[in-house]
Amino acid sequence: MPNLESAKRFTAAFFEREDDLIAGAAEARLAGFEVYDVYTPFPVHGMDRAVALPPSRLTWIAFLAGALGLVFGLTLQVWTSAYDWPLNVGGKPFNSFPLFIPVTFELTVLFSGLIAIGVLFARNRMWLFSKRRVFERVTDDRFVLVLKQSDASFDIDKAVRLFSRHNAINVVEGDQFV
Amino acid sequence: MAASLEQTKPTGIVNSELPRKPITFEIAHPVYSKLRNPLILGHKSNAEVTRDICQLLDPKPGRGWWISLSISLVLLAVGVVATVHTVTTGIGTWGLNRTVGWAFDITNFVFWIGIGHAGTFISAILFLFNQKWRTSVNRSAEAMTLIAVMCAGLFPIIHMGRPWLFYWVLPYPNTRGTLWVNFRSPLLWDFFAISTYFTISAVFWYLGLVPDLATARDRTKSKLRQALYRVMSLGWNGSNRTWSRYETVYTVLAALATPLVISVHSIVSFDFATSLIPGWHSTIFPPYFVAGAVFSGFAMVMTLMILVRRLMHLEDYITPQHLENMCKVALLTGSIVGLAYVTEIFIGLYSGNPNEIFVIINRSLGPYAWAYWIMFGCNALVSQLFWFKKLRTSIPAIFVISILINIGMWFERFVIIVTSLHRDFLPSSWAMYTPTITEVGLLVGSFGLFFTMFLIFLRLFPVISINEVKGVLRYAKP
Repeated sequence: MPNLESAKRFTAAFFEREDDLIAGAAEARLAGFEVYDVYTPFPVHGMDRAVALPPSRLTWIAFLAGALGLVFGLTLQVWTSAYDWPLNVGGKPFNSFPLFIPVTFELTVLFSGLIAIGVLFARNRMWLFSKRRVFERVTDDRFVLVLKQSDASFDIDKAVRLFSRHNAINVVEGDQFV
Repeated sequence: MAASLEQTKPTGIVNSELPRKPITFEIAHPVYSKLRNPLILGHKSNAEVTRDICQLLDPKPGRGWWISLSISLVLLAVGVVATVHTVTTGIGTWGLNRTVGWAFDITNFVFWIGIGHAGTFISAILFLFNQKWRTSVNRSAEAMTLIAVMCAGLFPIIHMGRPWLFYWVLPYPNTRGTLWVNFRSPLLWDFFAISTYFTISAVFWYLGLVPDLATARDRTKSKLRQALYRVMSLGWNGSNRTWSRYETVYTVLAALATPLVISVHSIVSFDFATSLIPGWHSTIFPPYFVAGAVFSGFAMVMTLMILVRRLMHLEDYITPQHLENMCKVALLTGSIVGLAYVTEIFIGLYSGNPNEIFVIINRSLGPYAWAYWIMFGCNALVSQLFWFKKLRTSIPAIFVISILINIGMWFERFVIIVTSLHRDFLPSSWAMYTPTITEVGLLVGSFGLFFTMFLIFLRLFPVISINEVKGVLRYAKP
């Protein structure tokens, strides 16, 4: 997440088609503009590459959470069945390792899935009473590209020229974003 | 910080209404092929998709919906009466006896769990295989999964006799000396498998729903709905960073749900396969059950989708192409089921074990032969009709066949359970099993619960995944 403490102004370009958005974003980035974020009604594939967004590390979270579930599941079953109160069930060994696999698997999946989605919501700051505003029509059919005007050298005319080459329907500048 | 950008509206307009080129559809698309048909008919734009799906939510429900809901509620009421009768009087209200200690209830349980599998198959497995056509049906198929698993879960809980103590199957420190649960029992695995399956399916479904809830939030005119969607959409604003993480986690969940769904019905089959009853004690059970589950689930999805597309006018979204694809999955899984039936017969007869041989002969020629042949006919034979393109593209034919498959798959579970039990090793204890009216009431009630919840889902949430459909709009369109 970029640090916006110092940033003052933003430029938002509105598009109607995802191809224009991708091309516009990629060109803006190559032209030296700083892309703050892109707002789209559906996941636009190729967008991450166009704005050079690194792949998410959430897969690692899911993996570690799964590993935690695996260890928890096995420990729980071995400890309760073989150590805390060993019960003879049908003459099976107290530590019936192969029979513990199904529950271990289920707990691995459960931990991994729930923690991954919990971290996703936390990372995106999605929660029940979020007061975030949304660009108009962005959940419908508008694609919005927001540039950060990081310093005085920002050339708004250049940005407008660039985006109109890519069929932007509107370019808006605002300074109350921060 | 990041959130503050969205909190304010842009001021000063620099340049509105730039000159632009007219928009045409002539753009090369990576999946364009002359051999493929468009997934969504009618040359929809993104805005039209939003409008088409969202307009199903706001207006007052029509007469058809109310009539369907009333019928479902009556069925549900029957189930409530049957449940109250069972719980207050006891399991003696069922037709079980010493020989057949497990019958109708577990049949319904396995049937409903199986129905659920198609939803996960569509949402997770087809997602991993990049099958774009899933986008039109995944939302309702997943809702079907959740509801079916709820219906399934009720049966073992009611069968416990004291359902309010169902939490005893959880391994928690308790006052009974901390007597732990028996982790070696497939019935306990079942509990873990089904609760995990339900949780992960619910989370997966909800995650897919979040962006669409935001769309509904931004469009609905009803204050109440807006409040609901606002809370449930968690402040979704379509940011690409969010989308990127979202898709990562969505893929992770799909990758988790894929082995999960296979494990669930495998574990359900372990309830039978780990016992020593001839007809149950068989290594073929896990794949046989999983294929059967996907088969029955697809039949149910097709039945529901045919109704939904007709009643909600979604013909452009759920096209004959979608139904044909589902028919192909049903054909494959139905053939696997048919192969499993034949393999069971062969292995039983070839085993040299008199009890196994007896079970096979008793199943197909004994007093429950009618049920066996309904099962065999409806599953192994009727599904073969999908080889004919005429039939798998004819919607009335699909509807009839899918209902026959549903019936056949219910009978499959009945046959497996009852015919294996009712004539056991000792001829003096042979018995017949007939369900009582209470048990039939429970089955009827579960259908009532299923359709009541499905109808409420249709009115409350976007039936089709709006954001995913927008992503495939230009699929195979020149």
